[in-house]
Amino acid sequence: MIQTDVLVIGGGPSGLCAAQLLIESGFKVILVDRSPVLGGQLVKQTHKFFGSKEQHAKTRGFDIANLLIDPLLNHPDLEIWTGATVLGLYPDLVATINQNEQYHKIQAQAIVVASGASEKFLAFENNDLPGVYGAGAVQTLMNQYGVRPADKIVMVGSGNIGLIVSYQCLQAGIQVQAIVEAAPQIGGYKVHASKLARLGVPIYTQKTVKKAIGKDKVEACEIVSLDDQFKEIPGTSEVIETDGICISVGLSPSYQLLDMIDAKLGYVPELGGTIPLIDDNYMTSVNHVFACGDGVGIEEASAAMMEGYLTGLAVARHLNQPHPENEQLMKQYTNALNTLREGPFGYKTNVGIEKMKELIRRA
Amino acid sequence: MRIEKHPILSFTEKKDIPFTFEGQEVMGKEGDTIASALINLGITTFSHSIVLDRPRGFYCAIGNCSSCQMTVNNRPNVKTCITTLEPNMEVFVQKDKGVFK
Repeated sequence: MIQTDVLVIGGGPSGLCAAQLLIESGFKVILVDRSPVLGGQLVKQTHKFFGSKEQHAKTRGFDIANLLIDPLLNHPDLEIWTGATVLGLYPDLVATINQNEQYHKIQAQAIVVASGASEKFLAFENNDLPGVYGAGAVQTLMNQYGVRPADKIVMVGSGNIGLIVSYQCLQAGIQVQAIVEAAPQIGGYKVHASKLARLGVPIYTQKTVKKAIGKDKVEACEIVSLDDQFKEIPGTSEVIETDGICISVGLSPSYQLLDMIDAKLGYVPELGGTIPLIDDNYMTSVNHVFACGDGVGIEEASAAMMEGYLTGLAVARHLNQPHPENEQLMKQYTNALNTLREGPFGYKTNVGIEKMKELIRRA
Repeated sequence: MRIEKHPILSFTEKKDIPFTFEGQEVMGKEGDTIASALINLGITTFSHSIVLDRPRGFYCAIGNCSSCQMTVNNRPNVKTCITTLEPNMEVFVQKDKGVFK
C-alpha cells in the first residue's frame, strides 16, 4: 500500500489547480489521470477563453493546460500518474488503481475527486451506428490527434460546445451540414452562433435528429421539426447526407467513484443531473473526501480552475496545515468565481447550488 | 484522414508506427491512440454488440463509454480511445465479451 498526504483523482483544470495549492501548502500529493496526458479537456480546446486574469482569459485552452501543468512538473512533492484508471474508492480513504496492467493501492489522508464529466447521450433510431460521435470526442480527434473523423457532420445541440466544435470542424476542413436545436432558441453565446451563420452554416431551431441512416456506418441523418411541446410535427422529415452525427446535448457529472463510498448524491438538473452533495468547503458527506470541477456541477473550465484552487485551500485547512496565503487566496478565488457566475449562464449554476444546499439541509 | 492545414494548430510530421489490424499491416503515427490511428485509416467498426451483433465504433474519446473496446495483443476490452498506439500492436475487432486468460 502506497501512502500519501493527498490523492487527487483527475488531472483536468480543477485537479491541477487543487494539486498546485496543496503542494504549495507543503503536502505530498499523488495526481492520477486515466488519460495518457494531463490537462483534461483543456488540451483539445483551441478557442480563447473568456473571464479575467485568474482564468487566463484570451488564452487558448491548450495553452492554459500547459500554464497549469508546467509548474507541477518535476516537483519533489508531487507524483503524477498518467494512464492510471481508478478502479475503486473505499471509505478508509483507499483508491485502487490500474496503471500499465499493474494494480496499485493508494491510501491518503484526504482525497480530491476531480473526475469531470461525460457527454450525455440522446435516444434516436440507430444511435449506436459508428459515425455517431460525442461532440467532445470529435474535438479530441481533430485538435489533439489531428485526425478528421468525417468529411461532413450534422451537429445535434446548439449549446456552446455544439457551436464551438462546429466552428472547429470547419477549421479542420469538415463540412458542417447543419446544427439542429430542439429548443426554440440557440443555446450558446450569440457571438459563436453569428460567426457560424456568417460562414453559411444553417442553424435550425425546433428541429432534432430522428434517426441515423446507414448499414455499417452513418450515411445520412433524418431530422424532423418539433412543436412547442417538443413533439414531432408529422410530414416535416428531411434527410441530410452526412458521414458524421455529433451529439452535443450537455454533460453529466462523473459522480460514480463517490457513489462507491456512499457519498450523498442529489439530482439537480441545473448542475447537470446527479451530483455529489458538497459543503461550502467542497467536502462531500464522507469526511476527508472532497470534490470539485465539472464533477460537482457542469460549468466552464474557468470555473473548474477556481473551484480547484478553493478545494486545494480547503483540504489544506482541513488537514490543519493551511496554505501560507490562505485568507488572501480564498478571497481572490471566491471573488473570481462569483464574477464568472454573474453572467447569463451563471444564473443557472447559482440556482443549482441553492437547490443542492436545500438537499443538504433536508438530508 | 489527417488534418494538414489548420489556422491555429500545427501538426508536425511524426514518426510512422506500424501495427496490424485484423492481421493486415497498417500504419499509425507517433502520439496516436489506437482509435485515432484506426479512424485515420477510415476504419469505423471497432466492435460488435454482443446480442444483436450491431457494429460499434468510437464515441466518447475519454474511456467512458466502452464502445471502442477491442482485442489488442490478445487482451480483450482494451479501451482504444485512451490507449497509446505502440509499434507492432495486434489489433482485432471484438465480437464477444472477451475471455479471461
